[in-house]
Amino acid sequence: MRFVFKTRYEQDLRLWRHNGDLIGYGIFLAALLALPMFAGVYYVGEANLWLIYAIAAMGLMIAVGFTGMVSLGHSAFLGIGAYTHAYLLQNGVPFVFSLPLGGLLAGAIGVAVGLPTLRMHGIYLAIATLAVALITQEIMSKWSSVTGGFDGLPVAAPDFLSIQTEAMYQGEWFSVGGLHVGWVELWSPVSLYYICIVVLILAALIARNLLRSPTGRAFVAIRDSEISAQSMGVHLAHYKTTAFGISAFVTGLAGGLFAHQISHLAPDAFNIFISIELLLICVVGGIGTIQGAVLGAAFLILLRSFIPIVRDEVTAGAGGVEFLAGLVRFVNSPGLEAAIFGALLVLFIVFEPMGLYGRWLKTKTYFDLFPLYKKSTFARQKSYVKTERLR
Amino acid sequence: MDSVQIYISLFVNGLALGCIYGLIALGFVLIYKATEMVNFAQGDLMMVGAFIAFGLIAGFGLNFWLGFLLTIVLMIIFGFLLDVVVIRRLIGQPQFSIVMATIGIGYVLRFVMPYAFNVEQIAFLTPFTGKAVQVAAMTLDAGKLAAVVGTLVLCAGLYTFFQRTRIGMAMQAASQNQLAAYYMGIPVALIFSLIWGISAGVAAITGVMMMPIANVMDPSIGFIAIKAFAGAVVGGFGSIPGALVGGIIIGLVEQFSDYLLAPGYKDIMVFSVLLAVMVVRPEGIFSQMGRKKV
Repeated sequence: MRFVFKTRYEQDLRLWRHNGDLIGYGIFLAALLALPMFAGVYYVGEANLWLIYAIAAMGLMIAVGFTGMVSLGHSAFLGIGAYTHAYLLQNGVPFVFSLPLGGLLAGAIGVAVGLPTLRMHGIYLAIATLAVALITQEIMSKWSSVTGGFDGLPVAAPDFLSIQTEAMYQGEWFSVGGLHVGWVELWSPVSLYYICIVVLILAALIARNLLRSPTGRAFVAIRDSEISAQSMGVHLAHYKTTAFGISAFVTGLAGGLFAHQISHLAPDAFNIFISIELLLICVVGGIGTIQGAVLGAAFLILLRSFIPIVRDEVTAGAGGVEFLAGLVRFVNSPGLEAAIFGALLVLFIVFEPMGLYGRWLKTKTYFDLFPLYKKSTFARQKSYVKTERLR
Repeated sequence: MDSVQIYISLFVNGLALGCIYGLIALGFVLIYKATEMVNFAQGDLMMVGAFIAFGLIAGFGLNFWLGFLLTIVLMIIFGFLLDVVVIRRLIGQPQFSIVMATIGIGYVLRFVMPYAFNVEQIAFLTPFTGKAVQVAAMTLDAGKLAAVVGTLVLCAGLYTFFQRTRIGMAMQAASQNQLAAYYMGIPVALIFSLIWGISAGVAAITGVMMMPIANVMDPSIGFIAIKAFAGAVVGGFGSIPGALVGGIIIGLVEQFSDYLLAPGYKDIMVFSVLLAVMVVRPEGIFSQMGRKKV
């Protein structure tokens, strides 16, 4: 049991709350780094997806969780990051430049979207980003000189992993499923995995450092009350645009990694459902927490891989039974996955608004304070709505 | 057909489609006006209405008008219960919770309805299906005319309801300040549930009126709500005439750009109009926005 008393203002500015946290994160990082030694390539691939979603959701968290702006367009920023990165890589730009450039372009477009809409009521942003997501997807399929249209865009392996093999491999370049055969030794899901870890740590540091800077504090103030923030001298439009730009930038970074993960880009990979998945991650993980993005992404990936397993089991087990025919039809209906995600979204918002990370905090507090834990410690304050359109 | 006739028929098509958009927009503008919440599941409510009507009219073989009426009643109950069971718990939570919750509800409905009826697509006959009306030298589709007329009647009725009746005024009051309305003796929670019911009823009407225009509907028809959102923003979010006018503008833009531009650009045009309106006149045509007071 540990009490952390706030005795100095610097405590609020520290990267971690106390040294115990540092040990916890250290163990987590060590486990992450050691994972490829124990898990097979398939599981590393799934872990890649987890890390990429976590990074993308961390980007979305800056908008949704820290600043309270709903964006339905982060699939577009993911896509912009992915296409930019893949295009630049194909044209000989080094990996270390093309990945941030993809993020920067996504961020710039985020700012461009944010500038007109963020002066308005929050709902406008949701609608505008929805429109941007749909337009971006159309552009991806129509601008075929850059994006390859519906044929898609193959993603080259990172250049720094191919330098050594270029000398060894003298024959024609040829590729299988986007992976260049000559590079197979160095370029594997495992190398992508380590790149993802590096980017995840960077993204977490961006988010955490943002939160302890005046800028991040302004974001949180805007989330909690726009009017109070404004009266404390926070320039709403400026800070909201900044937040949205940074958010799009981080998600764009994740897009670059996502391009490598799926190895062949097509417009369908960046549909609106990706935005919903990212929102689900934020809600399930815990709105407004960096850890929540990682937890929520793990939850989503696990769920996504369990649904087909359950479906196959049920179909195999109950396939011939007459009265279970409805159940078999149920698990095989199209849209089941989306419906489960939707239902979870509702259930978490209604019953566990602080998400998985909030549940973890509550459990920890329960044991810390045993037997004096009060439910009201985490109770939400009710707020009553006044209209924003007084005439 | 000469070009004048093509343009007139494009105009009528756009008007009819625009009325559908306008009605969906009306659905969430009603909720927005009364509860300051935005219902991203409005398109899916319309889909549910169409499916229920399909079940009653094509499944049970009810008379069209009886089935139509019963659908509206069932949907009003459904909307009411939706608020009581889910939405009411979210009062006082940040705005993004309600946005995400309604998106989630939309996905659930999109799965549940085809599963419950065990069909992928629905179609049923209406008195307007395949009929045509002769106006001067023009032949117009009866379903489209019915959509236009029905929309006008419904809008007029709702406008009067909000401006003239006690419940309508109570709804406006609850919207402007929940706490103050509560102190004035308005049962705010009940009012909110009622408005969800009315909105779901409007969605049911939209769903049935959509039938002769769309001919065949599948669960993803709810996605057209995105264009209705565009209409609502163009018209000025929170304004009933604005929703209608905005919806019609979007419908016309879609029809004309479909004809005049290369195929596949109509959606881009619609959303470009939306973004352009947000840049040039963010408060929309019928402005409802002002400064919030502390």
